Amino acid sequence: MRIALFATCIVDAMYPSTARATVSILERLGHEVIFPGGQACCGQMHVNSGYFKEALPVVANHVKAFEADEYDVAVAPSGSCAASVKHQHPMVARRCGDAGLEARAAAVGHKTYELSQLLVDVLGVTDAAAQLGSYFPHRITYHPSCHGMRLLRLGDRQLDLLRSVGGIELAELPEAEQCCGFGGTFSMKNADVSSAMLADKTANICGTGADLCAGGDASCLMHIGGGLSRQGSGVTTMHFAEILASTFEDPAAVTGDVRLTTGRTAR
Amino acid sequence: MSGTFLGMPSLPVFGIGNLHEHEPFPKAAHRELGNTQLRANLGHATRTIRDKRLAVVSELPDWEELRDAGRAVKESVMARLPELLEQFEANFTARGGTIHWARDAGEANRIVASLIREQGADEVVKVKSMATQEIGLNEYLEEQGIAAFETDLAELIVQLDHDKPSHILVPAIHKNRTQVRDIFLREMEGVDPELTNEPARLAAAARAHLRRKFLSAKVAVSGANFALADSGTLAVVESEGNGRMCLTLPETLITVMGVEKLLPAWEDLEVFMQLLPRSSTGERMNPYTSLWTGVTPDDGPQNVHLVLLDNGRSAALADEMGRSALHCIRCSACMNVCPVYERTGGHAYGSTYPGPIGAILSPLLTGITAEENNSLPYASSLCGACYDACPVKINIPDILVHLRGEDVDSKRGKKKLPSQMDLGMKAASWALYSGKNLGLVEKALPLGRIAAGPDKKITKLPGIAAGWTQSRDIPAPPGQSFRQWWNKEHQAPAGPAAAGTDVPGAEPAGPKENP
Repeated sequence: MRIALFATCIVDAMYPSTARATVSILERLGHEVIFPGGQACCGQMHVNSGYFKEALPVVANHVKAFEADEYDVAVAPSGSCAASVKHQHPMVARRCGDAGLEARAAAVGHKTYELSQLLVDVLGVTDAAAQLGSYFPHRITYHPSCHGMRLLRLGDRQLDLLRSVGGIELAELPEAEQCCGFGGTFSMKNADVSSAMLADKTANICGTGADLCAGGDASCLMHIGGGLSRQGSGVTTMHFAEILASTFEDPAAVTGDVRLTTGRTAR
Repeated sequence: MSGTFLGMPSLPVFGIGNLHEHEPFPKAAHRELGNTQLRANLGHATRTIRDKRLAVVSELPDWEELRDAGRAVKESVMARLPELLEQFEANFTARGGTIHWARDAGEANRIVASLIREQGADEVVKVKSMATQEIGLNEYLEEQGIAAFETDLAELIVQLDHDKPSHILVPAIHKNRTQVRDIFLREMEGVDPELTNEPARLAAAARAHLRRKFLSAKVAVSGANFALADSGTLAVVESEGNGRMCLTLPETLITVMGVEKLLPAWEDLEVFMQLLPRSSTGERMNPYTSLWTGVTPDDGPQNVHLVLLDNGRSAALADEMGRSALHCIRCSACMNVCPVYERTGGHAYGSTYPGPIGAILSPLLTGITAEENNSLPYASSLCGACYDACPVKINIPDILVHLRGEDVDSKRGKKKLPSQMDLGMKAASWALYSGKNLGLVEKALPLGRIAAGPDKKITKLPGIAAGWTQSRDIPAPPGQSFRQWWNKEHQAPAGPAAAGTDVPGAEPAGPKENP
């Protein structure tokens, strides 16, 4: 399958290892990955802040970039950005009175998947250790991001993939479905409420005794990780793609204070 | 009804009364977040109701279908509201009731006060009602020398404390029982000075206090949960029986109801009587449901009135993207699941309607530019929990975003200087407008690494970004972006075939930009 990677702006600029991990996973499964060079951002920050007029060129650029190449499906290592492409792009075009763009955006959205959706629903990955050689001997917990959970209905796809990684130990996160408080510009406009939500999230994460919190959205992970860092916690965050891409021979670089688990044997 | 009515009113007529945020939400939230008692009470109470709701909702295999039905009924009501209102009026009037039409809060208050005065009464008992809170009826009646006594226990607590409700279903959610005991001791006439904070004793004290009011009041004022167009029937759904007392004992009954509360027919109650109790109190069925149709000779109130309230509802109905906010049945499920509400409580929203529904309903009723109501649509992380919980599937997150757009557009060209947010969004629109521009911006990533320093984190940012760094660090940016890495990896001159087996089907060399 020929798969177009939508890296997303935050991963492209701040977390390139997540996009590289995504490429690695897909290539390991024997697929061809392309990176449409015109891509930039889904425009969600503009839309969710009410700047529809400013969002329109960003949306139009995304549609154009993902029409420029031939491919079977597009994938984003983000529930939020994939949901924006699928749900918001046609709405923005409609609101700005561009029916042509609306139809084209819908077509691009239709071909776009979030990474765990693509892996589980399309590519049939059920056992990361067996199918991808995934190996990550650490105790982790997992935060399901809101947009993946509620807009894309990802369910346990990301969590099930993580469970099937060799050597991993998963600690259940209490009140996992509570928002971490990021919310894009909400974190700045309503910084106090956002911080109060974050404090509860990080307290729950630290309470699990995990060394690392995994998730599927770099933005939420940056928010949670930024809070953990400020609190002086040794716990860090990591995108699940990097955990799936990690192998015994080529383990993922873990920046925080992570101990190796001893409960399981290496595959 | 207005004495100064001259010709057609100018449209839209926005709502007035207790629908306004008086200070920007972030400022109000900051104050409320500092109230640790409030946060502890709210956290406990919302978690309890959330769990109860989930339990009773999961019992119903057709819950999603019920939600769809609820939405469909409400959509059809909104689509033919004028016709249904006239049908209701005809039936209600034929059964001996009297209808009054109120364009806004002021008209509604004047109508109710004059109806009370006609009875020579100077006090009324009240059934808990959002509509009368919205129009500020109690305050208005007090100015007119009429005392209004709330009979719902939580409303009574709030009223005795000269406070405001903070939740539409559990108005005293911000008080614990020791606080309630102290309020009773301070404010309740003839209360036992030995009163403890035991729930049973608190309830008994309230009961004795209220009983005197029920038996002496000549006039009751209520709201309504539903109005059935095909029969002219009104319905009140409650838990304590105080509503039943008010609706049956006094001689005169005055109901104030928003025009959006209509349902087409009796059969529609089947859907809503399953949706409402489960969503609001987490009960399969509420203890008391009272229905009345006009006047029944020699039984119950003989003088029955209904004030149909617009107060901005027509304006909300005219907003194609926002009108489904009028589907709300005031269950409060959205507040109980909202992480913002759980931490700030209802007072932070200013309006009678707090939480996610309030953040859309208040500005829809008043117009986005009224007081500080334009700060309400931003009081959400857009997590979507409210949409999932809403029994009539109001897409609250989408309407929040729509209203943010209305706010931004309402300010375009009006400000002397663009805000930091305006400038940031403009700059980001340029940077994210093409892969080429983003690539250029990414060339500056090493600067961020310098700013981060040896700790590899940025801990202080200026301007609006300071909101981020008040509780969060930003990691040092990477040495190269993914785009830069990809382009280097795929630099091979002869295209995909020369790139080797590691990179099947690679892009041709160099960034491929859209023209």
